[in-house]
Amino acid sequence: MAGGLTYTAVDSTALSTAEYYGKALCELGEQHPEVVALTADLGKSTKIGMFGEKFPDRFFNVGIAEQNMFGIAAGMAKAGLVPFLSTFSVFASLRSADQLHTDICYQNVNAKIIATHSGTSFGQAGSTHHAICDMAVCRSIPNLTVICPADGMETVNAVRAAYDNFGPYYIRINRGFDRVLYPNTDYGFEVGKAVQLHEGTDITVIACGSCAFQALQAANFLDSADGLKVRVLNMHTIKPIDREAILKAVMDTRRIITVEDHTVIGGLGSAVAEVIVESGKGCAFKQLGIQDKFAPIGLHEDIMSILGIDSNGIIDAVREVMGKDFELDDDWDDEV
Amino acid sequence: MPLSKQEWLALEKKANELRRLCLDTTFWAGSGHIGGGMSVMDILTVLYHKYLNIKVEDPNWADRDRLILSKGHAGIAYAPVLVDKGFNDPEQLKTFNHTNSKMGIHLDSNKVVGVDASTGSLGHGLPIALGTALAARVQGKNYKTYCILGDGECDEGSNWEAAMAAVQFKATNLISFVDRNKCMIDGRTEDVMNLEPFCDKWSAFGFIVKEIDGQNIKELTEAIDFALENKTDKPVMIVANTIKGAGIDFMEDDYRWHYGALDEDKYNQAKASLDRYYEKRVARAEKEGA
Repeated sequence: MAGGLTYTAVDSTALSTAEYYGKALCELGEQHPEVVALTADLGKSTKIGMFGEKFPDRFFNVGIAEQNMFGIAAGMAKAGLVPFLSTFSVFASLRSADQLHTDICYQNVNAKIIATHSGTSFGQAGSTHHAICDMAVCRSIPNLTVICPADGMETVNAVRAAYDNFGPYYIRINRGFDRVLYPNTDYGFEVGKAVQLHEGTDITVIACGSCAFQALQAANFLDSADGLKVRVLNMHTIKPIDREAILKAVMDTRRIITVEDHTVIGGLGSAVAEVIVESGKGCAFKQLGIQDKFAPIGLHEDIMSILGIDSNGIIDAVREVMGKDFELDDDWDDEV
Repeated sequence: MPLSKQEWLALEKKANELRRLCLDTTFWAGSGHIGGGMSVMDILTVLYHKYLNIKVEDPNWADRDRLILSKGHAGIAYAPVLVDKGFNDPEQLKTFNHTNSKMGIHLDSNKVVGVDASTGSLGHGLPIALGTALAARVQGKNYKTYCILGDGECDEGSNWEAAMAAVQFKATNLISFVDRNKCMIDGRTEDVMNLEPFCDKWSAFGFIVKEIDGQNIKELTEAIDFALENKTDKPVMIVANTIKGAGIDFMEDDYRWHYGALDEDKYNQAKASLDRYYEKRVARAEKEGA
């Protein structure tokens, strides 16, 4: 663990998620001279610029040229440095996808991509700046670990873990402030291991990123209003996915809903579905996310509501799936 | 240090051996990117046998000079160079492109010893080379990074992103070449996508440009010496005018030999042509060398 700074609940509401990243990266920079940082004219927006202010000789702003940034980072990593790269998620995963695929992942170099403004968190900028398929792209590239932290504290943990573990990492964080899920970093974060946010035996909601907080809210509400016991898993690591936690949810609850601020094709929901199907066990399943369309323009919380990935959308989905059955017999027409 | 006649002749001999080995590898593989392999071979020979500060016994030596072959499809030329140097088992050339071989068209830096970057997707080499050059600065190391681009790949915008950045960051420890053989897969570079005024473009981006005959070992050494002695804050780009398929008469300057197959007849014709080419090259070195 890179460890060092501790954060308080006061910090967690005072800083944006990206500012946590900036602080965590500065902390790594102080401890490790081989850590360098690169951005493509988004030093301020992504907060990687905080590193640049402290370590100007180890900070490279390449201008608006993401492909070049990824190539430079690959070369630096090949030479023994540990580059952290930051731009918006939509550009990190698409504009420079060839360099990510070939220079970073095929060569399996120790480069860390911290992509901000993920999902629809830069809502008002519209679909040019929404990252709705970055997890699908990144999940399909070998060697790349993909993490979607739920809030600022989890971002700190993810960034530290990215340094602690060799190999390419893609961490997608939101623009602005996330709802606070964790008051501090000490809750047992481990790459590839889901964190249970709420115990339950009736149904499991598996969420990542900003949807994890929404899922917890929904579970608390459903407990008091409907008497439903909803298990909530914060699946912060999209790859490698926590197969064990998913299989346990299949066996324990037989009903699973996934929630993500991302297209339902190829992201968290797909990753969970693959594990469920391969298990061979019957399980009612529903994916919440962006249903193969571009998202509207607006405030992030409004978009989440429209997409049905906020707590209200999750509550509706839970009630719907609770009315469904998984196949117990040979009668395939008895499901709701 | 000016190139002595003796050194020139020794480099000619080595270049000839490597051209032969590239031809053999193409024959063993059945086909390959022999045209661009032949055009770049003199650059590779001069770098590996006169300039690169590397250790065969310690291929990952942190202080070594780096070479990034951005025109990664010239792996069929690069692999023979690395094998001949002693980095890899010569038997591997005989399985080039075969199923489960360590060596395929585009060399994998995690499989072929001595390769500094896995290239092949064009327009990637210069950014990677700039990265290793900047890493040297961060680490306080004196090694040089050399990068060899193809001319066709200069259509890729990422090269020009890297060009701007190399100048912005004053990466004078980066020495770049373009193997300007004027051919690409679908035709001559000027027919597919005009590059001219090519040298002016690099100059306009802020490079010091040396335009030379890339099949002339003396000119190559002079250009590299110039780059190594560069005291300005601008990086050097060596535009090496070359001939696709150099040395194999039926391939020379013919874009259709970007990638080709060799039967035994063609292989024998090529060998004979390379012998004649070597004689001419030696005669030039004898005449012009000092």
